[in-house]
Amino acid sequence: MATPKEMMSTWDNIQFGAVLPSFEDPEKKIRSKFNSYNYEVADWRVEKPVFNRNLCIDCDFCWVSCPDSCFIVEEVVNKRGKKQAKIVGINYNLCKGCGVCVDVCPTPIKSLLMFPEFVETQEALNKWPTKDNK
Amino acid sequence: MKNISNLKEFACTPDRFQGGHRLCPGCAHGMIVREVVNATEDDLVISTATGCLEVCSAIYPYTSWDVSWLHIGFENAAAGISGAEAMYKALSRKNRLYNEDRNVKFVAFGGDGGTYDIGFQSLSGATERGHDFLYVCLDNEGYMNTGGQRSSSTPIGAHTTTSPRGRVSYGEKNRKKDLTMIMAAHGCPYVATAVPGSKHWKDLAAKAAKAISTAGPTFINALSPCTTEWKFKPEDTVEIADLAVETCMFPLYEIEDGHKLTITYRPKQKLPVEEYLSRQGRFSHLFKPENSWVLEEIQKEVDRYWEYLLRREEAGV
Ligand SMILES: Cc1ncc(C[n+]2csc(CCOP(=O)(O)OP(=O)(O)O)c2C)c(N)n1
Ligand code: SF4
Ligand code: SF4
Ligand code: SF4
Ligand SMILES: [Mg+2]
Repeated sequence: MATPKEMMSTWDNIQFGAVLPSFEDPEKKIRSKFNSYNYEVADWRVEKPVFNRNLCIDCDFCWVSCPDSCFIVEEVVNKRGKKQAKIVGINYNLCKGCGVCVDVCPTPIKSLLMFPEFVETQEALNKWPTKDNK
Repeated sequence: MKNISNLKEFACTPDRFQGGHRLCPGCAHGMIVREVVNATEDDLVISTATGCLEVCSAIYPYTSWDVSWLHIGFENAAAGISGAEAMYKALSRKNRLYNEDRNVKFVAFGGDGGTYDIGFQSLSGATERGHDFLYVCLDNEGYMNTGGQRSSSTPIGAHTTTSPRGRVSYGEKNRKKDLTMIMAAHGCPYVATAVPGSKHWKDLAAKAAKAISTAGPTFINALSPCTTEWKFKPEDTVEIADLAVETCMFPLYEIEDGHKLTITYRPKQKLPVEEYLSRQGRFSHLFKPENSWVLEEIQKEVDRYWEYLLRREEAGV
């Protein structure tokens, strides 16, 4: 008899006692098309968080606090050979604009700020506060 | 057990609870659930009681769950998960090769209504029978999915639609049921309290990892600030949770084997309860002069309880 994971080959072919693995294709990390990851809640937003990579210290406070799993992470290896997360962006399909990430961001000048939805990301980055006018 | 030591490493975890759900912006349920399911690499079977989390994470044809997930009634998340767990045990007994690596873990989520109130019978029963599962209560102190009615978790003074404030009422009159202690009294090998957010992320993730890897029934009561019904701005969710801890309105502790209590976070300086209450619309009426005695009572009760926790920890009994 196969292990629970092996018993679940495809959605319409589930055997009694199977367990669904994370990802429809765990090797390629592909999610099912019925995963809400593929749904959009972008139209809930009036303001959006903009991420400024230049100021970010990769503390990952935003990643752990976001209720909507929005932060896009790249796995990198640090100087001591340990894996660590590097924030590379925000998934705007999933972001509802709650502002929690901006609230928890600890850098002296925030690495995340809220801007009206219609402001382009580059325009927002150009307007970023500096030391003198934060 | 997954080693959870630093956030940079934890953040490499591919999410097993996805966005695209329909919880309100800033809802703490999403933060708590993500941390719990990301705190283990084992396969998970999860049951979720009806409430905001269940309703918002499984809207046809989508699901936010990257794990085996059981949609269950309001009152029987614990009954559902104990049935699933019993089936796995039975299959494993019948066939040694089935589930040989024994890496399937069982978790139930319920709101406070589904846990403190209507689901308490099934939770108490599953615990008493000794099933191997973790039960996480998402405690937002009311029946929020149906518009904010009171529950036995609603704290004194809170305005809800069924404990309304008014000319003669200061809101909820009964004290919050102490469910964490009641679960400890069942003799659970592990129970704990927790809050979401970046300040106490490790406290929650480590407790979840420990609870999941502990054999037998375990319980985590997680405070889940509700922006919609507690009436605060969505971006404040984490701050409100932190204030609950700093004022000792919701102390962080764990209890092993039904008795050994450890306080897992001590505020450097305990803040007055007003710092927490004044940030939420549901308590705004308490700041009228005629209700100042309610604030005093709340502070007295918080001080008494904190003192009790300190002394119980010290006594080590
Ligand atoms: C037996 C039963 N009674 C009533 C309901 C309606 N109902 C659905 S969710 C809910 C409230 C849930 O409150 P809680 O468990 O605290 O979860 P929250 O929504 O606050 O997260 C109620 C009363 C139901 N689904 N089943
Ligand atoms: S605004 Fe809210 S939903 Fe959007 S990325 Fe920040 S925390 Fe996540
Ligand atoms: S909270 Fe701010 S500094 Fe920390 S990882 Fe996120 S954006 Fe970077
Ligand atoms: S009503 Fe409260 S608990 Fe329910 S989804 Fe909204 S914020 Fe979350
Ligand atoms: Mg509730």
